Amino acid sequence: MMNITSDKTSNTVKNLGLKNVVVRFAGDSGDGMQLTGERLAKVSAMMGNDVLTLADFPAEIRAPAGSLGGVSGYQMTIGTTDVYTTGDKVDILVAMNPAALRVNVDLTKKGGIIILNSFAFTKKNCEKAGYLENPLNNKSLSSFRVISVDVNKIIKEALKDVPLSTKEKERCKNFFALGVVCWLLNRKLDTTIDWIEKKFFKKKLIAEGNQKALNAGLLFCEANEIFSTSFVIDKKKAEHVVKGTYAYINGSTATAWGLICASQKAQRRLFLGSYPITPATAIMQELAAYKQLNVTTYQAEDEIAGIGTSIGASFAGALAATSTSGPGLALKSEFLNLAVIAELPLVVIDVQRGGPSTGLPTKTEQSDLLQALWGRNGESPVVVLAPKTPSDCFFTAYEACRIACKYMTPVILLTDGYLANGSESWQIPDVNSLKSIDIVDHKNINLENYKPFKRFSLTLARPWVIPGTKGFEHRLGGLEKNEAGDVSSDGNNHHRMCELRLQKINKVADEIPFPDFYGNKSGDVLLLSWGSTFGSVRQATHNLTKKGISVSHCHLKYINPFFKNLKNILSSFKHVIVAENNLGQLSVKIRSEFCVNTVPFNEVRGRPLIVKDLEEMVISLL
Amino acid sequence: MSEVINKNVSYSKKDLQSSTSIKWCPGCGDYSVYNAVINAFTQLNTLRENFLVVSGIGCSSRFPYYCQTYGFHTIHGRAPTVAMGAKLTNPDLSVWIVTGDGDGLSIGGNHFMHIVRRNPDIKILLFNNEIYGLTKGQFSPTSKVGLKTKTSPMGSIERPINALHLAFTMGATFIARVVATDVKHMQKVIVEAGRHKGIAVIEIFTNCIIFNDDTFYPFEAKSIRNDNIIFMENEQPLIYGKNNDKGLTLKDLSIKKVNIDDVDNKNILTHNTDGDNSTMQYLLLQLEYPNFPLPVGIFRKTEESTFDDTLRSHEKIAKENAKIKTLKDLMYSGDIWTVK
Repeated sequence: MMNITSDKTSNTVKNLGLKNVVVRFAGDSGDGMQLTGERLAKVSAMMGNDVLTLADFPAEIRAPAGSLGGVSGYQMTIGTTDVYTTGDKVDILVAMNPAALRVNVDLTKKGGIIILNSFAFTKKNCEKAGYLENPLNNKSLSSFRVISVDVNKIIKEALKDVPLSTKEKERCKNFFALGVVCWLLNRKLDTTIDWIEKKFFKKKLIAEGNQKALNAGLLFCEANEIFSTSFVIDKKKAEHVVKGTYAYINGSTATAWGLICASQKAQRRLFLGSYPITPATAIMQELAAYKQLNVTTYQAEDEIAGIGTSIGASFAGALAATSTSGPGLALKSEFLNLAVIAELPLVVIDVQRGGPSTGLPTKTEQSDLLQALWGRNGESPVVVLAPKTPSDCFFTAYEACRIACKYMTPVILLTDGYLANGSESWQIPDVNSLKSIDIVDHKNINLENYKPFKRFSLTLARPWVIPGTKGFEHRLGGLEKNEAGDVSSDGNNHHRMCELRLQKINKVADEIPFPDFYGNKSGDVLLLSWGSTFGSVRQATHNLTKKGISVSHCHLKYINPFFKNLKNILSSFKHVIVAENNLGQLSVKIRSEFCVNTVPFNEVRGRPLIVKDLEEMVISLL
Repeated sequence: MSEVINKNVSYSKKDLQSSTSIKWCPGCGDYSVYNAVINAFTQLNTLRENFLVVSGIGCSSRFPYYCQTYGFHTIHGRAPTVAMGAKLTNPDLSVWIVTGDGDGLSIGGNHFMHIVRRNPDIKILLFNNEIYGLTKGQFSPTSKVGLKTKTSPMGSIERPINALHLAFTMGATFIARVVATDVKHMQKVIVEAGRHKGIAVIEIFTNCIIFNDDTFYPFEAKSIRNDNIIFMENEQPLIYGKNNDKGLTLKDLSIKKVNIDDVDNKNILTHNTDGDNSTMQYLLLQLEYPNFPLPVGIFRKTEESTFDDTLRSHEKIAKENAKIKTLKDLMYSGDIWTVK
């Protein structure tokens, strides 16, 4: 996509128009790469580009400086048209030290730009990164356009009048890098200057240092004519942009806001019982800040207590949720079953990460699907939903709450590390346009007819009557009950209740809309995906279509139950390729439910699916 | 709870008993606890619909089914979490946890510890029978060393948990022990716990007639119990014995048993349940039968801010001071831009 012309004789800078560009910042975990990347993404989104980001950081908070394990990366695609992925390969890599270079050089396109801090390329640092000799001194980087800058030296000069310590000044070097990239991509600095002012308003000197470092990056490019070309990534064309007000949002925040929105629509207090776990913690942190919106967050003593308090809150009438990641979902499974049999509304958010066990805790994966569907004792059907993009977490969290309340059931929301930490621009919705949240409580029933497990025929849901309601006193519990709410060990009753609970979940399918679909409704190849792999699969579909290869793409948000006519969709294609960030879990479900022979495309590399690999796989199949 | 106390509430025992037939073994100690609790509930001036009884798993945890109140029979060991979620959602509820020695101290030990240290306005009735009853007789975390059971044929090796000492170290604001056979005393203590604002932990010695019969015999048998237990009454001397002829005194930082006649009256310890009398309460919590009489009654009763109150006050402060007052404010609070 990017074509660098090494036009060194020219004194003027050419502005090369690009459809999209992939930028990656990489450095030590303490180098501020996440912050820098986020700034560039936000500025670009506000300038009218489509942006999608990938936060790729290690599990260690501050791994030894300069080590391979401590490299933290932040990648994004900035585009003129719709952006679906954060990019297989990188156009511009910023590497703050040899380790950051080593880890990311293979991700960089041939001919791409690599901006390096030469100060960090000492013999010792090179050795730490596993380089036998300094890569700046040999031809190993000859296929890239390398801009090697002694950032420390420039910073020292640019900040000479700012009374900060050397160490503090060095911490500003990420803003220098941002300044360079802003020049390259023709981004104005003013919004970032303002943002620094606000962010560091209590630390005026740090603010000044960062602002000067940012400017120094820009000036460095202008003064030295290092780049003969800069890039213009036009705004999205007006006809492709829906009018409205936009915010820039990540998946965790979107999830949290979706829950708040649902609680306000339902006119119920929002309760989140949770335990800190990467990468789900940000949801609890976000909600903890909004007590004024009738939000209670409870940092429990463990994962089990997180869901336990939420179940108690749900019984008492709150819209209750618990947030976790894979290992936490395992711990919650017994309690989840209590909510299943007691038929209480509950939203369980699983921000999936690499497993099994502690696995790759900071990396993304979709490998909890079967755990969510089937990882409990007994007949335990629950609704399972998955958002497709960071901002879609808002709508899917809302939908999870709506279904939980309407059908009196736990709903598992499967997001993942990529969605949670990824961000994009989002048109702020009119909350009035969202579906209402229907709750059936004691006001809808006569006391004389009240039975705790008497169901409404439309949904098969029982009424949500909460403690404090006079005359409706009843007991819930994990033991099987009959319709009257009494403990019953009668086998026939148990059989009927198990069937009813299953039928109730299947009823949800009545209101599932046609899946997100692209391409012909029949043909040779259907790509089937769910959750965060949407972007990679949709991009692969577009690329293949451009090459004249006819493929269709069907993306599922509802995984249990499925869209009612999914079988018809699937059986209209010769090959159904199921692309997942796991080793074939949706395939298992599709095969068992529809007897359709799927072709799995699977990767568990701790990153979104690689578009090129998927394209090659499709081509090889034809 | 004080906000919802209604002086006009008047219930008979029957009003608070559900129609579910009780299925504890004939002769089980839990029957007397049930009677005492139901009686206590009638005395708490609390509307029936505001009682919430939450239990875990075990014989005693069937309790909620027998009360004509709201109830939740949850999962093993985790009742405190469900109780907490309900209380934080509706602070008007009078929330009671029913748990046992296995449920509350083994599988649920972590939750027990944490609910106590958070001091919510919740009451814990810890039915201690020193045995796993519902699984048919294995040693529990409160079983005495040497107890022979199906899983400890040569005697239990483990040192038992002193539940109330654990509650004390976690900062419990109300700590009491009762023996299930003394219904009148038990009921009195439960009522006091119900009126206490904050966490209350009541350990109830209740006999398992099937798998651990007579383990509390020395404290139950009318003929001998007064020599084996000491009733603690606030601001009263710590004396005991059939003839009230024995007492407790302090010597070298330890409690000693004495005959009242052998010491000066002023050397007999006076019980005090206040929060600033922690050291004496700590010493009393160490006393074990048969070296000492078993202390029963209220060890400690003190007021501290509760979790639920503090949480609500934070919410109030947030409502008064926050810049973001509505969902709309929130959604428009970040870097936003408009496309026209």
